[in-house]
Amino acid sequence: MWDYSEKVKDHFFRPRNVGEIENPDAVGEVGSLACGDALKLMLKLDTSGRIADVKFKTFGCGSAIASASALTEMVKGKTLDEAWKITDNDIAEYLDGLPEQKLHCSVMGREALEAAIASYRGLKEEKPVEEGIIVCKCFGVTDNKIAHEVREHKLTTIEQVTNYCKAGGGCGSCHPQIQAIIDEVWQKEKEKTLFEMARKPAKKLTNIQKMKLIQETIERDIRPTLQSDGGDIELVDIDGDRVMVSFRGSCVECPSSKVTLKSTVEAKLREFVTDTVIVEEVVS
Amino acid sequence: MKVVYADNNATTMVAPEVVEAMLPYFTEYYGNPSSMHTFGGQVAKKMDVARQQVAEIIGADPTEVVFSSCGTESDNAAIWGILRANPRKRHIVTTRVEHSAVYNLGKYLAQSGYHVTELGVDSDGMLNLDELSDTIREDTAIVSIMYANNETGVIFPIEQIGQIVKSKGSILHTDAVQAVGKIPLNLSKSTIDLLTLSGHKLHAPKGVGALFIRKGITFTPFIVGGHQEKNRRGGTENVPSIIGLGKACELAKSYMDDEWVGIKQLRDTLEEEILKKAPDARVNGHKTQRLPNTTNLSFEFVEGEAILLLLNEKGICASSGSACTSGSLEPSHVLRAMGVPFTAVHGSVRLSLSRYNTREDVQYIIEHLPPIIRRLREISPYGREMKMKEQAAKVSAGIQ
Repeated sequence: MWDYSEKVKDHFFRPRNVGEIENPDAVGEVGSLACGDALKLMLKLDTSGRIADVKFKTFGCGSAIASASALTEMVKGKTLDEAWKITDNDIAEYLDGLPEQKLHCSVMGREALEAAIASYRGLKEEKPVEEGIIVCKCFGVTDNKIAHEVREHKLTTIEQVTNYCKAGGGCGSCHPQIQAIIDEVWQKEKEKTLFEMARKPAKKLTNIQKMKLIQETIERDIRPTLQSDGGDIELVDIDGDRVMVSFRGSCVECPSSKVTLKSTVEAKLREFVTDTVIVEEVVS
Repeated sequence: MKVVYADNNATTMVAPEVVEAMLPYFTEYYGNPSSMHTFGGQVAKKMDVARQQVAEIIGADPTEVVFSSCGTESDNAAIWGILRANPRKRHIVTTRVEHSAVYNLGKYLAQSGYHVTELGVDSDGMLNLDELSDTIREDTAIVSIMYANNETGVIFPIEQIGQIVKSKGSILHTDAVQAVGKIPLNLSKSTIDLLTLSGHKLHAPKGVGALFIRKGITFTPFIVGGHQEKNRRGGTENVPSIIGLGKACELAKSYMDDEWVGIKQLRDTLEEEILKKAPDARVNGHKTQRLPNTTNLSFEFVEGEAILLLLNEKGICASSGSACTSGSLEPSHVLRAMGVPFTAVHGSVRLSLSRYNTREDVQYIIEHLPPIIRRLREISPYGREMKMKEQAAKVSAGIQ
């Protein structure tokens, strides 16, 4: 039996928001009977464009049902722009994790949400991951979809690809093609990095320029993201490459704040200021 | 919490009598059966008794019984043993519904340069014997076909198969792990050359099995080591488990005639009531040529793992051929080979009973399984398809 978290079990045994909405504003349907899991997500917006009601129906295993239930709780009250930002990792995190082999269930949630929002905006045909050549015939997964998952989740093995999008989980005859896609994606990424390193001159900033750029980056690229989730950040001090910040709002109590500090705050500052920046949290 | 164990094709409870028989061989009689001293020799004598008990349940001569660690080892030993003894023969015949011990070995051998023919089955899970006959060639080293299927319980006509195999001059191995102890076997009047059995499927412990090798069959050992098992399987024997296997075989033989009638009645009640109470359900496998303890049910538009989790919540232990219960993502290769439609293949549940199951157990499953299916169907997005199916069924029955 799979080692499911208590939260997965809770959402499986007591799924929230099961059912259908009459005259929904947006509907996203993904998966199929042949693939073994499917999800239908329905959204109703209020007059201010926020998701006022959400319902789902799903055919799938325990983690598929739990992922769908979690997703519906996560999108409630959000605008479509805010909901669009929800990733499959967010769904898995919300559930305190999923077994590796079940990560495709959270991917299915994200895809249903994308499909619903895209259908609302009339962008159905613009979903790039749906196009391409079928590589995994057992589950009907295209080369573009595999490449997308490889890039997005930094996948390096066929097993990981299978966990995220099912490709290669059937007869296994597509394994050489999947390996070739993985190799190609990382070869291209390597070439891109080398190219950018070669053309991008190292930034030589004065202290005043650096401090200004740090402040600008926090205001422009970091605070809005945190504020959208009820959190905030304050710049406390700058000492050479050390940037001291303090979290505010929901970020203070957030168990993932250490991850946010590195993966969002430090990553953005390294991207826009200098890659030697080290961000530290100070409690004030 | 109440526990109803209905997963006996996966493994069985070790019978109390078996435990009792084994215990002295951990403490009092711990000698090595290969030793020259009397202390070890007495253990060897007890092992001979166990070999006799195993031989009796399959109607073999004790010298034809080789102890092993499990069914998988016996299956591998049988196939490798024959291939190595006949190096010029590079063709193997098997089926698409074998247990993974043979199924995956077949895949491995195919990748290693052997020619492997996998015979298909019909929607009842039955083989086409004409196809089998046409498939066997001069260079066919071994035909390995299971006695009874672990997922559906379907019993193959193994003696007819054996006659075809013999007429073509090949060798027949059968994986009889699910059959031994459940249905009578008599290898003294049989066309079977090699037969696999496993202890934990018949109330002996896990980690012990046996391979029947008919006298006169040229066999190269799979595990090479000491001279144990008359040079057919190296390694010091798992004495306590072998004693347990012998006792379990003795018990199974004594229970088989009477008790399996009772178990079949329980299984039939279970099957009939579930089919009545859960619409759009089907039994996978032949109606009559089936093990008396096994039922494999498919419920359309729901997924097997979700069913198992909800059954587990009620203390009911069952199995599923659903993809999500395994790491492979693919639903059961057995059900797919039988052509079970996609609407049903993911929602399969296997219930397998033993002599320890009661009428109350069966009633408990009947009480809880249908509401679980209803609950999952309420969540399923295929409500429209279900209604269309119901409508089509009414039309075909003349009710509009």
